[in-house]
Amino acid sequence: MTLIAVITIFVLAVFVGLEVIAKVPQTLHTPLMSATNAIHGVILVGGVIVLLRADDTVGLAIGFLAVLFGVLNVVGGFVVTDRMLEMFKRKPRSDK
Amino acid sequence: MSDWINVAYLVTAVTFMLALKLMNGPKTARHGNLLAAAGMGLALIATLFLKDGDHSILHNAVGELKSTNLLLLGVASVLGTIAGAWSARRVQMTAMPQMVALFNGLGGGAVALVAVAEYPKLFTHTEAEAMPLGIRLATTVLSLLIGGISFTGSMIAYGKLQELLSGRPITWTGQKLINLGYLIGALVLIFVLQTNGRMDPPFYGLLALALVLGVTLVLPIGGADMPVVISLLNSFTGCAAGLAGFVLGNTALLIGGGLVGASGLILTLDMCKAMNRPLSNVIFGAFGSNAAIQASGSSAQGTVRSTSPEDAAIIFGSANSVIIVPGYGMAVAQAQHVVKELASKLQAQGVDVKYAVHPVAGRMPGHMNVLLAEADVPYEQLFDLDEINSAFPETDVALVIGANDVVNPAARSDKSSPIYGMPILDVDKARTIIVCKRGMAPGFAGIENELFLRPNCLMLFGNAKTSIAKLAAVLE
Repeated sequence: MTLIAVITIFVLAVFVGLEVIAKVPQTLHTPLMSATNAIHGVILVGGVIVLLRADDTVGLAIGFLAVLFGVLNVVGGFVVTDRMLEMFKRKPRSDK
Repeated sequence: MSDWINVAYLVTAVTFMLALKLMNGPKTARHGNLLAAAGMGLALIATLFLKDGDHSILHNAVGELKSTNLLLLGVASVLGTIAGAWSARRVQMTAMPQMVALFNGLGGGAVALVAVAEYPKLFTHTEAEAMPLGIRLATTVLSLLIGGISFTGSMIAYGKLQELLSGRPITWTGQKLINLGYLIGALVLIFVLQTNGRMDPPFYGLLALALVLGVTLVLPIGGADMPVVISLLNSFTGCAAGLAGFVLGNTALLIGGGLVGASGLILTLDMCKAMNRPLSNVIFGAFGSNAAIQASGSSAQGTVRSTSPEDAAIIFGSANSVIIVPGYGMAVAQAQHVVKELASKLQAQGVDVKYAVHPVAGRMPGHMNVLLAEADVPYEQLFDLDEINSAFPETDVALVIGANDVVNPAARSDKSSPIYGMPILDVDKARTIIVCKRGMAPGFAGIENELFLRPNCLMLFGNAKTSIAKLAAVLE
């Protein structure tokens, strides 16, 4: 990819980020933070590339850790967010 | 083939954007989250089809499967999935902020590790030649710095929220100068790395500096400001991941990182606005340190009236309208369920019950909303600052549960107060205020609260859960 294409993609992503978030109500800020937290776990893709390209012990160790951290970030992030949002969805029920 | 991979990355990017859009409403938010998770899965599968030069990334130059790499990938994935899902399922709703901090830190750590692995390859790889070496070098070095800061910074934030470390700001003499020194050192190293070829010592020196900076920047920030810090570090990790996308020429990383970097920043500034403090004050102000307490100086005089659950129940018995103001104390005591029980009983007796949620109550934006939702409090009964403040003068009882700074009238009147100018909930205008609190200790901002000395304010000392449960029981 050319430099200018990459910069274009990045700048547009930043603007979408700014626009989309401005409308989220305060009530959902915690799940939102948690969801964006899971999304930046996309660095896991980088971790996988690094691990698969590693050709010495140090490289393998770094890649292994990067993937492990990335997976924790992604899986933990999405599961935590889902748990929070599950509560918002539940219908209010009468007291036991 | 690589076209298909890029299409898959594009689809992933679209799911991320749609997910954030679906986050606009509580009904669709959950779908959004699941959609983003599915997109993430797609990106990962696509990555396995990447090519390294002319052969698959899964094979080496002579066509053999890279079994060691794949085995490690499998082990790391399984371990991470089990540990991540297990801890995320087990964590208490009240401990959510530190959980997010921890996951965020791990993400930052992953970015730094990717930068470490990519650095030597910058000088040998020919594949990404379309990108000038200078740019790839700069983005690698920056993602190392930001990822490293985010890693240790988040760990300190985690330690503070989990109360492994003191929630008070930890300060030392010359702190700001030393931090400035670190920062200048980092800039010098970046310059050195940028103007020369491969140089390992300054690269690892920068990594060490980044890790130290994460610690020294977050330690002086008080526990109450951790939500802002986590949000900012979340944005940092996003930016760093986006920068890693530059290095790897990977669109999924570019877009995902860019989205999170931008949205995290907006969220951070939103929170600062809610506290009426600039971001620089949150980061460098050591808010709530002893110095800040002394600066406020004006120790109000008066007597504190304490009450018992039984007496409080009598007051509630004759009330027509009640506003409940939850704070971090409710989260600590896990009192959200008994609070909801009390509210239901009052409502059954025809009392109008509302909840007033301050934007920075708790340790994360919207922290209270999550806890009250956990206790099945209907969304419609929650009101934010602007909607509820006009209702306090017509309210019989304002019940403050473990909130302090967000109801301190000094924010309106006392110019010398560190929180002067912060929008607060005007509970002092209610006819009676009942404050449920463990003791007279000041809130996280470290400021005395003159509200507690007002003649119409009654203190219900004790653990919020026990006190409210007793109150609800007497109310029968």
